[in-house]
Amino acid sequence: MVDWLKRREGVWLFVHSPAAIVAAIVALAIILGAVFAPWIAQVDPYDLSSFSLFDGLLPPVWEDGANPKYLLGTDDQGRDMISSILYGARLSLVIGISALTIAAVLGVGLGLAAGFYGGRFDAVVMRIADVQLALPAILTALLIDGIARGVLPASVQADLRVAVLTLAIALSLWVNFARTARASTFVQMQKEYVQAAIMMGQRPVRIMFVHILPNILGPLLVIMTVDLASAILLEATLSFLGIGLPADSPSLGTLIRIGMQFLLSGEWWILWIPTLFLVALVVSINILGDFLRDVFNPRLR
Amino acid sequence: MLVIKDLAVKFPSRFGDFTAIEDVDMVIRPGEIHGLVGESGAGKSTVGAAVIGLLSSPGYIAGGEISLGDTDLRTLTPSEAHAVRGDRISMIFQDPQTSLNPLMTIEDQLIETIQAHSDVTHAEALKRAVDLLEEIGIKDAAKRIKAYPHQFSGGMRQRVVIALAICTDPELIIADEPTTALDVAVQSQVLDLIKRLARDRDIAFMLITHDIGVIAQVADRVTVMRHGKVMESGETRQVLGAPEHPYTRALMDAVPPLDRRIDRFRVPEEAPIAGDGPTGNLAEDWLLEGQRSDLLGLKLTDLTVTFAAPRTSIFRKPDPYVALDNVSLTVRPGTIMGLVGESGSGKSTLAKAITGLVSPASGEMRLGDAELPYGKTRSRYHPSRQLIQMVFQDPYSSLNSRHRIGDILEEPLWFYGFVTERAERRRLAAAMLELVGMAPDAIDKYPHQFSGGQRQRIAVARALLARPRFLICDEPTSALDVSIQAEILNLLKDLQSTFGLTILFISHNLAVVRQMADDTAVLRAGRIEEVSSTENLYENPQADYTRSLLSLTPVMPKDWVARGS
Repeated sequence: MVDWLKRREGVWLFVHSPAAIVAAIVALAIILGAVFAPWIAQVDPYDLSSFSLFDGLLPPVWEDGANPKYLLGTDDQGRDMISSILYGARLSLVIGISALTIAAVLGVGLGLAAGFYGGRFDAVVMRIADVQLALPAILTALLIDGIARGVLPASVQADLRVAVLTLAIALSLWVNFARTARASTFVQMQKEYVQAAIMMGQRPVRIMFVHILPNILGPLLVIMTVDLASAILLEATLSFLGIGLPADSPSLGTLIRIGMQFLLSGEWWILWIPTLFLVALVVSINILGDFLRDVFNPRLR
Repeated sequence: MLVIKDLAVKFPSRFGDFTAIEDVDMVIRPGEIHGLVGESGAGKSTVGAAVIGLLSSPGYIAGGEISLGDTDLRTLTPSEAHAVRGDRISMIFQDPQTSLNPLMTIEDQLIETIQAHSDVTHAEALKRAVDLLEEIGIKDAAKRIKAYPHQFSGGMRQRVVIALAICTDPELIIADEPTTALDVAVQSQVLDLIKRLARDRDIAFMLITHDIGVIAQVADRVTVMRHGKVMESGETRQVLGAPEHPYTRALMDAVPPLDRRIDRFRVPEEAPIAGDGPTGNLAEDWLLEGQRSDLLGLKLTDLTVTFAAPRTSIFRKPDPYVALDNVSLTVRPGTIMGLVGESGSGKSTLAKAITGLVSPASGEMRLGDAELPYGKTRSRYHPSRQLIQMVFQDPYSSLNSRHRIGDILEEPLWFYGFVTERAERRRLAAAMLELVGMAPDAIDKYPHQFSGGQRQRIAVARALLARPRFLICDEPTSALDVSIQAEILNLLKDLQSTFGLTILFISHNLAVVRQMADDTAVLRAGRIEEVSSTENLYENPQADYTRSLLSLTPVMPKDWVARGS
């Protein structure tokens, strides 16, 4: 971490911020649950033999007619809600984190280079970024999805759903990283330690990654947390709209889409429980992001 | 009359209360300019903030009395304090760029302030504002008052700030480093203005500054502070000329005089430098062994640097801005060339042209016998990249704050291929730290763990580890306190004589350059006004500009010094 979060200053702030503690506990619980889903969940929602239609549409335990085996009830296929959610969150997080990683590498690399070289290269990169910003994420996803369907043989398409979705999300998030990295690099370029490195004749790649990058990590870390929440939401949106993951390997967004059909028929839990879960995850990550920003930017405190 | 007795200010923190100032006593009579000097962290500004009631949160006054006339400033309610502020006490800040609202005309700002404190009509307020501007020396005030702050020069802006401060007829003005951001010519005008206002309007001034010369020039009485305590207080002439407290004496010893050259500054604890212990010797031997080449001089011929000016028309390319205009300069091998000039004169641009950060438009640069290629055409492997090293102005930005001192120092060693073995590099880096007067265990720390002066020593060590033959020092001490400045200047002198470096020493401070340089060049608006041997230039200046610079630099009158030194 960046100087161990400013030499324990951050730890002190954290201990004295109830919101951050609650957010961290919630986020950590969800992430651990998702990581260890295969061991925690009593049912594997991808394995048709592990659940039965006879258990379908059972309400949560505090409602009448519930089966205590299924704490939060089941959906129409008889899948345990908890298990579905844990597996769904697992997929959401995998997609969110890989998309974020791709976006960060691409965005930070381009932003650093744009800030370092300036001039024409900077102009080109930033105009591409502008174009990217003008395209809604859904459009980008549809575009990539369309290309994938056209180019790839049908046999591999199903297996590549996750990759296509990840790429689409990454493409709509890299701009944030590029802009932040570029602006921070401009500031660092004025610092004399960078001028000293240039004067020595060090290679541009070394100056960018060894000298400048560690100094702009603070704002990037903040963007990373906030954008992780965006990535998860984006995945949920795309899956909800049906561009994302299919019903047989449900992410949180897919679960919510399935739940929509039961909104008016009394089985509220199928929609509301995954939704609340998604909200809890995204809000807690956002609170952590705000907290990190306060740590790195003492003026806002 | 302002009376401060036993004032103490504390800042609560997680680790208990931090005492910023304590036992501060001070009396400022009407019409008196009271200087408050001290090095950074002495608590000068805290005194001013406590008086005007603007202590930055969470600081609080822990004890003592502050009274203005017969008003006890400590017992005022917030609204009463607000009325006193501006009405009876005003403040002048350091930076005229930021203390005026850029979106309001001077007229609006003045009238707003006048009407806030007295019940007058707009027309009357305007008349008073124009009179005020005339009084502080802005010509054609009725017209200029319509202008925005950015249409004024720095000195004019500071005058407007002063006009704002006096427009309510205050009894006391607190001026916190009012001339630090200004060039000497403008500084002397602003100081004259402050002097005149104190005399004519009977205003008491608290003049907070770190510049002994400024104090000597305008202050009637002076209080010397250190670590939040008053060291010495009294009449300016007595305190500066015949200081009684050892700290004041040490401070006065560290101030570089303009009228003579002293070989070494007396610094309180003489840091062990050069050849102290076996490890220091290691670095020294290594540097001496590196002197394969002879002394290197630098010769600039008709060097011109231009920058693209902002475009004002789409049809026509703008005339470029000329930063350096046909500059010719010869730095003799093994000597120190001083380069003085005001801000914007092109001093730093010259350094950047030599180091290759800026491409000149025309002219020739020669280092020894070899020609230096222009900026971008200079290859990354050009030998000059090792032979020329630079010590920067701001030690807070010249060291990468995310790298350990060891990594920073080892970088030139492996980069130039001097030492391939890692353990050997570390040993040499530690030895070099000792050579520049620092503990070798600094090697595992980060830059933020050191003070400005220590960082500047590290920056010097980094430059030396490249085995340079030509060193550029761009305002190496202007960010430092005078006692630290004295140490760094001593260090540079020692290193120069031991290792036969050629140095280009850039500074806006004429007194500092006099102590350092063999030859001195005066730069003004991109042109060399005068070059000569330092003694000659200071004793017998030829150019009018040099003469005015020398006469405007605030110094302590010679006859104040009572002791024979």
